[in-house]
Amino acid sequence: MFNTQITIAGVTFKNPVMTASGTFGSGMEYSEFVDLNSLGAVVTKGVANVPWEGNPTPRVQETYGGMLNAIGLQNPGIDVFIERDIPFLRQYDTRIIVNVCGRSASDYVEVVEKLADQPVDMLEINVSCPNVKHGGIAFGQDPKCLFDITKEIKAKARQPIIMKLSPNVTDIAEMAKAAEAAGSDAISLINTITGMKIDIHKRTFALANKTGGLSGPAIKPVAVRMVYQAANAVKIPVIGMGGIANAEDAIEFMLAGATGIAVGAMNFVNPYTTAEVVKGIEAYMHRYHIENISDIIGTVK
Amino acid sequence: MEQKRKETAVVYKQQEIATEIYDMWITTSLAAQAKPGQFISVYTHDKSALLPRPISICETDRENGRLRIVYRVAGKGTAEFSRYKAGRHIDILGTLGNGFPLEKAKGKKVFLMGGGIGIPPMLELAKAIANNAGNEGQAASVDIIVGYRDKELFLAEDLSQYGKVHIATEDGSAGTKGNVMDAIAAEGLEADVIFACGPMPMLRAIKKYATEKGMEAYISLEERMACGVGACLGCVVKTREVDHHSHVNNARICTDGPVYAAQDVEI
Repeated sequence: MFNTQITIAGVTFKNPVMTASGTFGSGMEYSEFVDLNSLGAVVTKGVANVPWEGNPTPRVQETYGGMLNAIGLQNPGIDVFIERDIPFLRQYDTRIIVNVCGRSASDYVEVVEKLADQPVDMLEINVSCPNVKHGGIAFGQDPKCLFDITKEIKAKARQPIIMKLSPNVTDIAEMAKAAEAAGSDAISLINTITGMKIDIHKRTFALANKTGGLSGPAIKPVAVRMVYQAANAVKIPVIGMGGIANAEDAIEFMLAGATGIAVGAMNFVNPYTTAEVVKGIEAYMHRYHIENISDIIGTVK
Repeated sequence: MEQKRKETAVVYKQQEIATEIYDMWITTSLAAQAKPGQFISVYTHDKSALLPRPISICETDRENGRLRIVYRVAGKGTAEFSRYKAGRHIDILGTLGNGFPLEKAKGKKVFLMGGGIGIPPMLELAKAIANNAGNEGQAASVDIIVGYRDKELFLAEDLSQYGKVHIATEDGSAGTKGNVMDAIAAEGLEADVIFACGPMPMLRAIKKYATEKGMEAYISLEERMACGVGACLGCVVKTREVDHHSHVNNARICTDGPVYAAQDVEI
């Protein structure tokens, strides 16, 4: 028997495969393609204390082997989310991780407190969105700020928290340590890498927001490196993401030190990716006679 | 049953019907569920170009299980598609979007307006209205007003089977010189309801015209998309009212659209 279970902060997941926040809504749209029961967890699109309009369009552009987005965390606000999205996800046998965004510490705390009595398994705190001014990015790029916001949220959160780290820093290990020191139960990385594209025919920025977050297979080597560095700097579990397109990519992140992994931009390219990664991980376990998938975590040193 | 899915389909045939405008028939199970005004997303084989290209459905052949797309080569994705020959595999996702509200044509004098590469979806729509698809009731009359750059009048002959075709060209080489609005004015055309697809300046002009005349207008929008299924929130349009799904004044073009009542969107 092969065991694909993993455990993060006392929460067990049937397998390590999750969805990267912002690429999967709250699962509704992709439930037409993928049996959500087959996933380790659904990580929701970021939700704030009030509805956010997001940025002007164009919000997305393709780049070589990847894409840029500047959605700007459009979301319906926590009240609608609690009423609509959580009941939807509760129909499925999968873990629910709610991604929380905010412009200030009090925004985050308000959302976290409203989620306190909700049947969700973990909270992922987005302090790393590059597309929103004061969208928490300041919290995610300075270790002292990250420490403070983490401590404040952790004090209020009923569920275990995952601080989602920005790759737009010089030393990812230092950021990982700051989150751990402040009491974060886990960390996830990487969020998107800040990028830019210029339309040479119109001589304008390709995104209305000028800059956007780069994701997709193009960023995978950067993500693997950062997951490795972060995982080796802290004792708390790491959830790895960044360009995962198939089970081979997922295994690579796990060998680098990720306990869980998330599929992001590739959902847009192949809506069946998450389910295929689950199957592919099982096939890898068969091939190499791995009884427990957790045995491979961080084994490449 | 209508269900969105990605499938590997097969190119049935393809030809260039005007400069850089390609006409492709695809054999696909999605033909059974396609509605006028819907679109499919087409994937490239070139893995450096990841995102699917949203392309409107030009015509549906249910009997033989085929969809027709007519598209302009605009970048490396569409350039790749243009090289496909009959028998080539093509990955598509569909059918996407809401489609045109056919019932609004019942008993009405109808304008079908297409500009440039916004012309293709007008064909299946014209056909559906002419054939009284869905038993929604016949239109009283159908005027099809199409705007081109020049005298390469792609699809004009196909359209003429289903209504009276009026042509405008930017260079004046055929029909009225100018755009579709100029053609309406020059020919003194009138209608009760408009269905349109085309570039944003054309759609803005139609919205203004319809508002002034107190007419209903249903316009098909486009925007840069990633997922095509309503998850990524990349392709939104500003809406007059708070959207039922997003709870802000933004609707998802891929899912809530691409067809909107003109007065409902801020364009």
